[in-house]
Amino acid sequence: MNNSKPKILVFCCNWCSYAGADLAGVSRLQIMPNFRVIRTMCSGRIEPEFVLSAFERGIDGVLITGCHPGDCHYISGNFKTLRRYYMLKLMLEQFGIDQRRLKLEWVSAGEGAKFQQVVNEFIEKIGTLGSLSL
Amino acid sequence: MRGKMVKFTIDGEETEVEQGTTILEAAQKLGIEIPTLCYHKGLTPYGACRVCLVEIIENGKTSLQASCIYKARDGLAIKTNTDRVAKTRKLMVELLLARCPDAKPVQELAEKLGVHKIRIARKNEDCLLCGLCVRMCEERMGRGAISFAHRGIRRKVEPAFDVQSDVCQTCGACYFVCPTKGIKLEEITKNRPIPIRSEFDEGLIERPSIYIPFPQAVPNYAIIDKEHCVHLQTGECKICQEFCDADAINFDQKEEVIDINVGSLILSPGFDEYDAKKKSEYGYGRYENVVTSIEFERILSASGPFQGHVLRPGDKKEAKRIAFIQCVGSRDPHAGQSYCSSVCCTYAIKEAIIAKEHAKAGLETTIFCMDIRTFGKGFESYYERAKNEYGVRFIRAGISKIDEASETKNPIVHYESEAGEIKQEEFDVVVLSVGLVPKEGTAQLAKRLRVNLNEYGFCRTSEFMPVDTIKDGIYVCGAFAGPKDIPETVTQASGAAAKAMGLLASARNTLITKKEYPPELDVLNQEPRIGVFICHCGINIGGYVDVPRVVEYTKTLSNVVYAEDNLYTCSQDTQKRIVEMIKEHKLNRVVVASCTPRTHEPLFRETIREAGLNPYLFEMANIRDQCSWIHMNEPKGAFEKAKDLVRMSVAKARLLMPLKRVEIDVVQKALVIGGGIAGMVSSLSLAEQGFEVFLVEREKELGGNLRHIYYTIEGRDVQRFLRRTIEKVKKTGLIKVFTGADIKSISGYIGNYETEISFTDGTKEEFKHGVVIVATGAQEYKPTEYLYGQDKRVITQRELEEQISNPKSQIPNPKSVVMIQCIGSRDDDHPYCSRMCCSQAVKNALKLLEVNPEANIYVLYRDVRTYGFKEDFYRNAREAGVIFIRYDDDSKPEIHSNNGKLNISVFEPILREKIELCSDLLVLSTGIEPEKDNEVLAKMLKVPLNDEGFFLEAHVKLRPVDFATEGVFVAGMAHSPKCIDEAISQAEAAVARATTIIAHDKYYAEAAVSHVNEELCVGCGICSGLCPFEAIEIVIEDTERKSKVNEALCKGCGTCVAACPSGAMEQYGFTKHQIMAMIDALEE
Repeated sequence: MNNSKPKILVFCCNWCSYAGADLAGVSRLQIMPNFRVIRTMCSGRIEPEFVLSAFERGIDGVLITGCHPGDCHYISGNFKTLRRYYMLKLMLEQFGIDQRRLKLEWVSAGEGAKFQQVVNEFIEKIGTLGSLSL
Repeated sequence: MRGKMVKFTIDGEETEVEQGTTILEAAQKLGIEIPTLCYHKGLTPYGACRVCLVEIIENGKTSLQASCIYKARDGLAIKTNTDRVAKTRKLMVELLLARCPDAKPVQELAEKLGVHKIRIARKNEDCLLCGLCVRMCEERMGRGAISFAHRGIRRKVEPAFDVQSDVCQTCGACYFVCPTKGIKLEEITKNRPIPIRSEFDEGLIERPSIYIPFPQAVPNYAIIDKEHCVHLQTGECKICQEFCDADAINFDQKEEVIDINVGSLILSPGFDEYDAKKKSEYGYGRYENVVTSIEFERILSASGPFQGHVLRPGDKKEAKRIAFIQCVGSRDPHAGQSYCSSVCCTYAIKEAIIAKEHAKAGLETTIFCMDIRTFGKGFESYYERAKNEYGVRFIRAGISKIDEASETKNPIVHYESEAGEIKQEEFDVVVLSVGLVPKEGTAQLAKRLRVNLNEYGFCRTSEFMPVDTIKDGIYVCGAFAGPKDIPETVTQASGAAAKAMGLLASARNTLITKKEYPPELDVLNQEPRIGVFICHCGINIGGYVDVPRVVEYTKTLSNVVYAEDNLYTCSQDTQKRIVEMIKEHKLNRVVVASCTPRTHEPLFRETIREAGLNPYLFEMANIRDQCSWIHMNEPKGAFEKAKDLVRMSVAKARLLMPLKRVEIDVVQKALVIGGGIAGMVSSLSLAEQGFEVFLVEREKELGGNLRHIYYTIEGRDVQRFLRRTIEKVKKTGLIKVFTGADIKSISGYIGNYETEISFTDGTKEEFKHGVVIVATGAQEYKPTEYLYGQDKRVITQRELEEQISNPKSQIPNPKSVVMIQCIGSRDDDHPYCSRMCCSQAVKNALKLLEVNPEANIYVLYRDVRTYGFKEDFYRNAREAGVIFIRYDDDSKPEIHSNNGKLNISVFEPILREKIELCSDLLVLSTGIEPEKDNEVLAKMLKVPLNDEGFFLEAHVKLRPVDFATEGVFVAGMAHSPKCIDEAISQAEAAVARATTIIAHDKYYAEAAVSHVNEELCVGCGICSGLCPFEAIEIVIEDTERKSKVNEALCKGCGTCVAACPSGAMEQYGFTKHQIMAMIDALEE
């Protein structure tokens, strides 16, 4: 990755946000290139350790995306993600990592524009926070 | 065929291109960015703006040249990033900016090149003289309606002799390419330019003549609007072909007529919105801030014209006060629309809430209505939340007209309040909640198929056969059979499918051929040998990412033994090639870097399976949708990202293991619990399809609630229908009926259930089945209020119906009858609407009047919810003299028993005073309650109940008869209160869903399921508590608690894995190691 730009990891769930990211592409909505996506079937699969390890390995910001409440393909996986998200934020504080480096957003399969906006805003935000040094 | 090649360098990099290629094109291929303004791929380069200047060194001489017109030659050295180039480009842009300071593309270019000040006097022109419009009109549109006129500083673009042209075809191409948007079509043309409105965005924005109809269209392809396509109209243009790298544009496509042989037809043409212009008093079409609810839906959408901001369509200002007008084209006999459209109350509430959420604070919403009809499952509590949590204002009113404040363009609503006051109120936007009307063209369709329509043009169905038309084999579903919401539409669609499946049962599987595969290679103990195939996707990827260099990079990754690039990796040829390469290089893992796994993973998995590899030894890197397409202006960033994505996929691929979808034998029989109408219809429909059914009814006889109903609102004989249905059930050999039987236990899972039932005499029976349909019904609320049970003259609607139908009736001729609605509905104990009681009251009131036309009948109601075509009966009742008096929840009617008289007092909102009604008979319209022991059955089946105690489906809208637990389905009032026709539709729907499982003798579970490492599991049970599918059980083995995953039930979300504190849970296909390997591979 380019050193002058923040390094961003985005987790997408297969059914909603990954499809939303694809739609951003199909609609040719331009997004800054310094983010990478890891796909899981459900945002509920994302282990806190994944996020912490990403920070440990020099990622500056982690964005978790999932289906809107009520739209989860697996009924309620996204609610479990939400619970873990709040817990993770508290943990980040303990590690001395700015909480703002982790964000959770709901993006549906039809929201290509929202994916674009959410990722661009997150990248900009992390850009202002500077690179993470642990 | 390739022409002669020329060799030269750009920024020190040696390159070779075909002779005739311009420097700009060559640079673009290499991913070197050169700014342009007057360049357009589809037009002859012109070299006007000089923004694309580069330094060209030839024979030791250096010159600055416009790269868009300068052709590459052997031996040239080109520099695109010297100080001189940068300085001169800046100067050019400064000059352009001085000429057109307001032009957005010039401003952006200035920003990019660092031009911050304009040192020259500003001209404030709106034309850059780039000539794009002139070239477009001449070269592509074949018109030449505009050209450059005059010289020097007087040079400008204009039509011949500067008079409006009659050559111009008002295609708007000149405006489309104009960077300043300064060109004025109305000055050029004699014709009137008419924009093409986007149908999907309800005309709120414009669309091109080649377009993808809506974001999730299936198939997601562009279509050409032949009415507006310049090429199809004149033979010119073809610009789109220039830009389509896949060469997919085919102007010769013709409409084709295809004959298909089918055994059954299902009609689902849908509906149209009522044309709000017909209600001219509302000013729709005249006032710019009066919109329809469908338009407002697009305004609220994040993918809509305003990205979800609540803006006024007129001036795009934020709306602060929004009014909804209900029943526009519904419940309006004067407009020929006397029925209720059923869905508008709930959708208006939804739109009001979403508008408030989008606007965050300070948005007020008001809904003007007659009644609020939130009768659907869960809708009543939604209505309550709208009032109490969101502060949506509801005003019962008749709207006389809407006009417009001339300055602010604010619509003003004039209305008469319930108490008769004439009022007016100003809003920023008024939303007209338009009703549902039959789809255009359905009358012809119906005529051709000889199916009957009702007086409004919807398909005529009967209450007992809600998805049948009068023609055998032709079924109907959705709004064509009457206005309905999404859950009911989806339910009815499955119901129609079940009917068709019943008819065609003997043809099942007769057109299927089974595919043969080579045996699977054993790769378990092999070192990973990964093959990577990287797609150019024409130039969709290749045009932005240097694919050959990604291939070179990929070859350096460990375990990658083979890598190549393909023009189209998904093409038929490449599939063959992948199979060959797997064999030749003994590949045991395959990575494809191309588009999205969501569309193409199945294809590639199939391909590697054909080569003898397990299909799950495959991984995809998405370098198109999520890389080249979203980083089109940043080739370097896109290249780096593509490399990273391939590296991450290879990292995961190293750890891939073969997976199997567990194969489960299916017992092709069904258990139906409940012998009411839903249960009986389900049983008959299953038997029709040839499946054996166990129908278990707790009562001594079949029939359920229907035994107490005698006639429908339309006047049909319910008891006769019931008798016939019971006879049919009893006569059908495939249905085994058990009455007076209790379910003792149900064990097992999808495809393999074992059920034990017991009879009142203590005997037992056991059987096996593959699916369960829950049709246990619900019960009538037994009232405690209004002296019920103490005074014989106080009865329920059901009791009244029994008395009316019984010739030995106790109260044959009541002179004065009072009916009170919502007894045991819409209260604290029953926070839902029981849906049928309003129609029941209307039905019985009309029936009483048949017997005694002189009777005085009063219906005390909160909202009359006679939805759909039942509205007509409500109107009939009013016209026949039934008096409807509305009461509020906080001022309920009171009963006084004086001198043997039953007096009911109620606050009359029009008179605004309390009135007293003397009655011979008080009829309580009691609601529906869930069965008390639903909980027991729910536990047995591992399915949930909602807060009210009804069974809770998997998804309210998309899976209305399924449970999250596979193999179990729901129908009838066990799901929620409903009318007979709705229960029948749902019973058929449950069958359609159930037969997707029992139509096969095998069930294949998901492959990427969770599994437990028993060594590590401590049996804490966190996983089992989290699983929404009840797929995890805690079992005790040798006194040790262990988790056990039922692979047949696991859907592979991985939520349990993320939660396991001891690391014992793992998800195949998304293991911790695999995901961690990807995270590790984020960095080179």
